[in-house]
Amino acid sequence: MERLPILKIGSMLLVSIQVDLRDDMVIALQEDLADRIVETGARGVVIDITALDIVDSFTGRMLATVAALSRILDAETVVVGMRPAVAITLVELGLSLDGIKTALNVERGMRLLSLGGAAT
Amino acid sequence: MTSEPFGDLIERCRAAEDDLVRRWRADVAASLRGRISEVELDKELRDLLDAVLSAVGSSQGGDTKSPAYGEVRALLVDLSRARALQGFSPSETAINVFTLKRAVREVVGAGAEFQPFSDVIDDLGLFTFETYARAREEVIAQQAEQLLELATPVVKLWPGVVALPLVGTLDSARAQVVMEKLLQTLVDTGSEYAIIDITGVPAVDTQVAQHLLKTIVAARLMGAECIISGIRPQIAQTIVALGIEFGDIATKATLADALMLALGRIGVDVAAEMSKRGL
Repeated sequence: MERLPILKIGSMLLVSIQVDLRDDMVIALQEDLADRIVETGARGVVIDITALDIVDSFTGRMLATVAALSRILDAETVVVGMRPAVAITLVELGLSLDGIKTALNVERGMRLLSLGGAAT
Repeated sequence: MTSEPFGDLIERCRAAEDDLVRRWRADVAASLRGRISEVELDKELRDLLDAVLSAVGSSQGGDTKSPAYGEVRALLVDLSRARALQGFSPSETAINVFTLKRAVREVVGAGAEFQPFSDVIDDLGLFTFETYARAREEVIAQQAEQLLELATPVVKLWPGVVALPLVGTLDSARAQVVMEKLLQTLVDTGSEYAIIDITGVPAVDTQVAQHLLKTIVAARLMGAECIISGIRPQIAQTIVALGIEFGDIATKATLADALMLALGRIGVDVAAEMSKRGL
């Protein structure tokens, strides 16, 4: 099964979603991410969804779950690079992703995390 | 069915074609009051007459929906579309077709065979009118779309701050365009702050507020913050009376206040920026 790569940058983890998400990949990502946060002691997680052009309620819930999961492990989640069409879809689905930080791109997302004291 | 009901009308029309076109053109030209040149009109009517006579003379005779009338219909579509776009009124367009009856009656003479011919012309006249109306509707739809595009400019106020001055009523279709345009601009310019100025929105009801809120939530999902500005006193009263909650969304009375807030949050020192640019 295809797994999404999780990159470690400083004290942050970067997940860049470049392919169409399937449900089994999403579940695998949740497990992998939890393992990696514990393993590396990361303080922040950046999820880059620039390449994601279709979302459904499952993907929306995945983002919320990942965020909740990282928070329990004392890492903050920032979702970056959401496309307008995706944002509109999520709003229409009624998923406002409360409690998740967002940023326009990876750079800003990482800056947001470091301002929050997650980095170094 | 052959061209029996029309008798020798077609032959007689063919024989008097020049007179017929002249008489017809005189009638049409009177109604158009010189807005189309005689030469142009002459050509249009001659082509049309030729096509009508061929169609009526064909085996299908009086059925204007038959393939024999294909050319006539094509010519009429061109004619009525052109008239609609040039701004002629419906009757000025329909008269192009209907006056042919008078021309035929006066030049060729009206016998028993004139009635079926007249029916054909009536059908063609109706067809012309329908095409005219359709062309007009297309023009209106096109203009409405252009207006939609025109009415939603997104302006850059500062690096990282864009403003969206809304003017006019915000209905669902327009709100959708506004939302898409704003979000796309946020991505394109990488702006973290968007100011939605509603000074030009005449009324805010729950639906408008709903659209605004959706836009703001979507912008937040993308990592940008929205500020609503330009709330006039009456609008503020309406918002409160309707019980609309903007929650933790920043609202300001004027665009200036909103810009100040955005600059403050980014941490811009305007004076320092200006001296850096040598202003």
